[in-house]
Amino acid sequence: MTACHFSANIGTEIEDSVYGRRKQSMIRLEDISVKAVNGDSEIDILDNISVSFEEGKFYCITGPNGGGKTTFAKVIMGIIKPSSGKLYFNEKDITESDITERAKLGIGYAFQYPPKFKGLRVRDILKIAAGANGDMEHINRSLTNLGLNPEEYLDREIDGSLSGGEMKRIEIASVLLKQPNVIIFDEPEAGVDLWSFDELINVIKENHNKNGGITIVISHQERLLSTADEIVVICNGGVQKIGPAHKILPQIKSDICCKFRDVCRGDEDAECDR
Amino acid sequence: MLNAIDKKLLNTVADLHDVPQGAYSIRKDGAGLSINSTDNIIVSQKKDRQGINVIVKPGTRNQSVHIPVIISLSGVKEVVYNTIDIGEDSDVLVVAGCGIHNSGSKESRHDGVHEIIVRKNAKIRYVEKHYGEGEGTGKRVLNPKTIVHVYEGGTADFEMIQIEGVDDTYRLTEAKLYKNATLTMTEKLMTHRDQEAKSDVIVELLGKNSSVKVISRSVAKGSSAQIFQPRVIAKAEGKGHVECDSIIMDNGKIRSVPEIWAEHPLAELTHEAAIGRIAGEQLIKLMSLGLTEEEAVKIVIEGFLR
Ligand SMILES: Nc1ncnc2c1ncn2[C@@H]1O[C@H](COP(=O)(O)OP(=O)(O)OP(=O)(O)O)[C@@H](O)[C@H]1O
Ligand SMILES: [Mg+2]
Repeated sequence: MTACHFSANIGTEIEDSVYGRRKQSMIRLEDISVKAVNGDSEIDILDNISVSFEEGKFYCITGPNGGGKTTFAKVIMGIIKPSSGKLYFNEKDITESDITERAKLGIGYAFQYPPKFKGLRVRDILKIAAGANGDMEHINRSLTNLGLNPEEYLDREIDGSLSGGEMKRIEIASVLLKQPNVIIFDEPEAGVDLWSFDELINVIKENHNKNGGITIVISHQERLLSTADEIVVICNGGVQKIGPAHKILPQIKSDICCKFRDVCRGDEDAECDR
Repeated sequence: MLNAIDKKLLNTVADLHDVPQGAYSIRKDGAGLSINSTDNIIVSQKKDRQGINVIVKPGTRNQSVHIPVIISLSGVKEVVYNTIDIGEDSDVLVVAGCGIHNSGSKESRHDGVHEIIVRKNAKIRYVEKHYGEGEGTGKRVLNPKTIVHVYEGGTADFEMIQIEGVDDTYRLTEAKLYKNATLTMTEKLMTHRDQEAKSDVIVELLGKNSSVKVISRSVAKGSSAQIFQPRVIAKAEGKGHVECDSIIMDNGKIRSVPEIWAEHPLAELTHEAAIGRIAGEQLIKLMSLGLTEEEAVKIVIEGFLR
């Protein structure tokens, strides 16, 4: 786990944006912890996280590598079971629901590292994703939107022969076709080339505006973060900051850009010459 | 002539809904049932023993011949020899296959020997499906032996599939490849319950620039057991690749022994083998699209064996 460098007024930020609000929200985590056994000791991958996501908002989650972002997303999808805490979807307790049940409720997750399948074709997975409303026109459009020519890709196998960027695009297409209300993209831009980055943001944004649910994008890209309604910083297994992009982004930038951060490790007591 | 069970078996092993058009031979319960030749493809019963000859005249293109075998009577045991001769410069599809419906207590068994000769510059696609069903306790046994000769410039594409209901099987495939000949052999196998399957493949590269690819994909469920021993022997400057890839479930057992053997200094041979469970990530991905775990397993296996 890399050290956290975000230090400014964490307490107050969380205070007014999480605990302060008591609106009806679509996804709510309450004291969620995830523990893992590491040799003889037990470590907290997520440590008592409480946070809410509200309908209609576009969120970005960011933070250092190993901070717990993917784990957080997998807890919402039901892939990882929390060791304690509760998870609510529209105030319904879904802590014990399995992945399939959550998918049916309308939660979706686009993997950071999409799995490969021997023999399964792009066409097969997209058809499953599209379900009943999955006519080919719809499926073709989902690929075209992500810059992939359907004729070229539909019959390709989702195995090692697809490039990293192609795998990511297909993964995103599959989740978009499923049309979940709550949709989490885990570093969608990873491996996607510079030229397609804006297109990708557009596709995700358009989907969000059309669908009106909750979009959560895990990302390290300022261009994406700056378009968020709210930014959540996850670090050391906790929510370290949450708030509107215009407030959070400058704080993150001043932390991340400091070239001495490896020396001071964000320690508040370190003498800062910056 | 064909009852509902026969039709279902024919459909499963040969994609036929009824007696086909064109050249064919349908064998049922130990005897020839119906046979038909065309101008270019002559199908006839062998005089000296059980089985048929299929002679494809040189230059025959874009034609197919169906030679399915069905057994719906419990206790039928047969040994059948078929010879398939693909004439020079022709390009044909041969659909073989055997379906057994055993509703009795006696073993039903088909031991088929296929000798396939692919002449100079000819091309064959050969599809063979094996299938068993029936509520009886009698075993359904299939022991196919396939001998293939691919002569100069010939191309053979073999697909052998057995994915359901065969209790015991021992398959032996021998191929000899001459100058510039190419063979691709894909074997797909799924075993259930306490079924046993053994498959030996022996390919000899005898001519310069001959090449072979042997691919086996298998799934062992229940307490079934599988053994694969594909072997490629290069006696000339040729290329060979052997690939065994298996998914193991429940208490299945799989043994994969790919072998490559070079007797020529310019031979290029490679092999790879893998056995493992279905990757959890694959199931999770499919479940996150709304499938149940059972549905996800089914999709992964169907894809793997396609
Ligand atoms: N099963 C596990 N056992 C032990 N440690 C684990 C396990 N799964 C995750 N971790 C650790 O938990 C931490 C959080 O991992 P996670 O994948 O959630 O990070 P992340 O914020 O998504 O990082 P990145 O930006 O690199 O994607 C990491 O330090 C990781 O090594
Ligand atoms: Mg991650």
